[in-house]
Amino acid sequence: MSQKNRISGGQIDRSKVLTFTFDGKTYSGHPGDTLASALLANGVRLMGRSFKYHRPRGPISAGSEEPNALVQLRSGARQEPNTRATVAELFDGLDATSQNRWPSLAFDALAINDRLNTFFTAGFYYKTFMWPASFWEKVYEPIIRRAAGLGSLTREEDPDEYDKGFLHCDLLVIGAGPAGLMAALAAGRAGARVILADEDFRFGGRLNAETLSVGGRTGAEWADSVIAELAALPNVRLMLRTTVIGAFDHGIYGAVERVSDHLAVPLEGKPRQTLWRIYSKRALLAGGATERPIAFENNDRPGIMMAGALRTYANRFGVTVGERVAVFTNNEDGLQTARDLVEKGVDVVAVIDARPDGPLLPGIRHLKGAEVVDAAGRLGLKSITIRQANGRTETVEVSALGVSGGWNPNVNISSHHRSKPVWSEALQAFVPGEGGPQGLSAAGAAAGQMSTHAALEGGQKAAIAALAELGISAKADTVPEAEDRPLSITPKWYVNAGKGRAWIDPQNDVTVKDIKLAHKENFTSVEHMKRYTTLGMATDQGKTGNVLGLAIMAGLTGQTIPETGTTIYRPPYTPVAMGTLAGRSRGKEFKPFRLTPSHKWAEEQGAVFVEVGMWLRTQWLPKPGEKHWRESVDREVLATRKSVGICDVTTLGKIDIQGTDAGAFLDKVYCNTFSTLAVGRCRYGLMLREDGMVFDDGTTARMGENEYVMTTTTANAVTVFRHLEYCRQVLWPDMDVQLISTTEAWAQFSVAGPNARKLLEKIVDQDISDSAFPYMAAGNITIGGLRARLFRISFSGELAYEIAVPTRYGDALIRRLVEEGKAFDAVVYGTEALGVMRVEKGHVAGNELNGQSTALNMGLGKMVSKMKDSIGMVLSQREGMNQPDGYRLVGVKPVDPAATLTAGSHFLEKDAKPVIENDGGWLTSKVYSPHLGCDIALGYLKAGDQKIGRRMRAVNLLAKTETEVEIVSPHFFDPEGERLRG
Amino acid sequence: MIIHHPILGPRDAQEFVYLGDASLINRPDGLTAGVEAFYDYLYNRGNPAGEHRELWYHEQGDRSWLVVTRNTVTHEIIKVELARDVAKAAGRTK
Repeated sequence: MSQKNRISGGQIDRSKVLTFTFDGKTYSGHPGDTLASALLANGVRLMGRSFKYHRPRGPISAGSEEPNALVQLRSGARQEPNTRATVAELFDGLDATSQNRWPSLAFDALAINDRLNTFFTAGFYYKTFMWPASFWEKVYEPIIRRAAGLGSLTREEDPDEYDKGFLHCDLLVIGAGPAGLMAALAAGRAGARVILADEDFRFGGRLNAETLSVGGRTGAEWADSVIAELAALPNVRLMLRTTVIGAFDHGIYGAVERVSDHLAVPLEGKPRQTLWRIYSKRALLAGGATERPIAFENNDRPGIMMAGALRTYANRFGVTVGERVAVFTNNEDGLQTARDLVEKGVDVVAVIDARPDGPLLPGIRHLKGAEVVDAAGRLGLKSITIRQANGRTETVEVSALGVSGGWNPNVNISSHHRSKPVWSEALQAFVPGEGGPQGLSAAGAAAGQMSTHAALEGGQKAAIAALAELGISAKADTVPEAEDRPLSITPKWYVNAGKGRAWIDPQNDVTVKDIKLAHKENFTSVEHMKRYTTLGMATDQGKTGNVLGLAIMAGLTGQTIPETGTTIYRPPYTPVAMGTLAGRSRGKEFKPFRLTPSHKWAEEQGAVFVEVGMWLRTQWLPKPGEKHWRESVDREVLATRKSVGICDVTTLGKIDIQGTDAGAFLDKVYCNTFSTLAVGRCRYGLMLREDGMVFDDGTTARMGENEYVMTTTTANAVTVFRHLEYCRQVLWPDMDVQLISTTEAWAQFSVAGPNARKLLEKIVDQDISDSAFPYMAAGNITIGGLRARLFRISFSGELAYEIAVPTRYGDALIRRLVEEGKAFDAVVYGTEALGVMRVEKGHVAGNELNGQSTALNMGLGKMVSKMKDSIGMVLSQREGMNQPDGYRLVGVKPVDPAATLTAGSHFLEKDAKPVIENDGGWLTSKVYSPHLGCDIALGYLKAGDQKIGRRMRAVNLLAKTETEVEIVSPHFFDPEGERLRG
Repeated sequence: MIIHHPILGPRDAQEFVYLGDASLINRPDGLTAGVEAFYDYLYNRGNPAGEHRELWYHEQGDRSWLVVTRNTVTHEIIKVELARDVAKAAGRTK
């Protein structure tokens, strides 16, 4: 378990040893390591395979921009694919495997793709696999999906929890490097509410990776001292391991905090990750910059990485990637890597500097005007070929190469609202443009302030300016002393030599050749180039390679880079797990659920429940010995029709409507008239949408001169209430009418059947004889002195009432009704029996109220009063909605009583082929009627009112059923309504 | 988004339900206007890239219907009024 590439220094705790495995092999590392740094310390450079060509790959970065070193972390239910080894914190027992390879990382059978690369160029999806068309779904797609993949899902339930949280602040500082720290310090000292968030597990940003000094101390020490001061301020919240993933409207930012990812298992009661919604008055983007490569042949060999990453591994983690190292740079910053590595005792064999002029590094072989033209070493870098300024080439043995093509400011979040970054000629990079998210400014390297001094000063200035806009005055303290080196960069995007491939986007295997091909085939706009080549569409979203692609395309078209432009960035900044976005809204907690007042009682009886919207309603109540749901439902229906049944109907929406204009208001919202309804009576009401379609139905009672109680369907309780408020406030604002939803205030039960009155007489205090309380009566009553409401209404077609008590008495009432009902063999019935009885009676419900049906379709056309203005009245008169051959509600019976009906079947004439031209309509609701002893159904049939008695076929091609049926009146049971008036 | 409710102050847009163009306030009278007028009222609406007056309902709040003037390009909210006030100012009564 030797860490052969571990060198001195770094911010790791060498006193503790952590053991971990990669592809089953055991290694060791230290606290403070990432998985990548620990593997590199153990001499492991090969960590993955590329997406398309299955090329062997190692990390090219030391941060979240990593495109190559994607591994599968953990195993079992916690297995997570596509984790970046460069940001995965090492913990004891960490277990990682490589992905996208078979049978092993070192030998991958699909590496054959690499040999076939001429077929897999840009646009190969569009050019290959075209013929025959039938091959696509069955042959090509499965093959491609198997070959081109990243990690795999475990298919087990995620055992961890994810939280969501809300935070508010004056200033959100994104990134805790020199600029972010200075900004947080200035704002914190001024008393502003500050949130400082950084994606790393250590504050300081690049200061942790550099040997430079700040205010006479090392950068990391200075960062620690600032953090110590900020931690003591109650108005500052420090958020480590927290990635700000996106800017949303009006100063709202999303952030993901990885609360437990650095632990093997989350601590008891802690979530794995938290998704924060941060409401900020101002925000400062101090997210630093990302180094970009220079493309050359075979520049994807494991061991070739960004020069800054090489330096990070050495300075922060005490790791050298190889024993013999070279640096290839076009700018001043690359030289720092060479200096730092020499200082650490690493053998730096050459610095290949694309810039022709300038001073030479002392004591190092520094080649000016030179370039790297090729690299060798399939599973790990062995040598590079250098072409010197004079054209002479030589091959040099190295095991690591640091490349620097310059630094790209991390402008991502500043362009989340479509603001285009602008090109800076001096930096040879894009910087944030105008018109970014309101209240967001940028500082430090993210704003193109590339030296440490510029970042420190810029961060402080930006914070002071942002707070001034809020009326908070922050003081400009002395900026600590730090390097202020000028940037010296010569543009160099790729090395034009040979015929091999030079990678730009290593994860998606986009090479310089692909850009050239896109140009040749005229996909020259950046948006086209991106989609044609897939450049920047990998999980890293082109953080390192995008600018190279643009610059190369600019070179090919003869345009400048600003003329070529750039694609914009969208949230999230780095990939986010689906579980984090879901939070606790999963499984049973996906949405809240509501229980009816009789739920506890029903549960005691072993009731079966069904979800109706958010409600859990009793579906049926099985008795001992009943094996099939139909046995229970048939029994409930027959017992109700024979004697009496009780059903919880609390879920129906209830709205109290009061005011001197209450009647006039109801005349507007219902298509029929309510202002003429007598006090103490109720009426069935039909509500239309303005387009003339039926919206909802229910009974509404007049409880007093200026007081009505409306009921709505369970499904539309919320939308009807919203609609009534709209009518009241927006359309008729001067009406004296007040609304309140009382759905939750009253427990309501239907009591139906020939003995319904006898049962209720045992309970209520008042005379409810037919003369005192006739059909469609409504009133306030009492039950042993307790206030209650009684409505004589029927959905079942029986003599029926609905009785309501304040919700807290609902449980007592169901128990009392059941107890008193024993004398009548009363049953409690669920939604299935309710459905059977309403179909027997021909009442419409959800399946018929489908949002596409008119009153006329339902056989209720005469209810629409033309004597008054009401919502939907005018447009319900449109010609197309009033055709004599339009759909009409009909009843359906099988000709053979033993035959079954299938809901959703379509009506066809006896000899008609089952094609759309012959479609006559469809079966909406189907039940078994124990009363009639056969299946019955409702349906919408073209000109159905003229087809009563006709024999047709009900055909369901999906269920493969066909039944000969007779079209009948929808009123199967007691069509004269004698029972409900009994 | 944050909507500055004229009574309740800044509220998260998640508390609201969106309906659409505030021209819905100008409902014709059903007894005098015909099908054509209602067709225009219900279906023919502008879809501007820029300032747009629209109806929002504070369902998880005080149940106020609001007229929000919002820039559909930038999402900047320029003005928030009670729909009842706007409707009355437009001459709507009973």
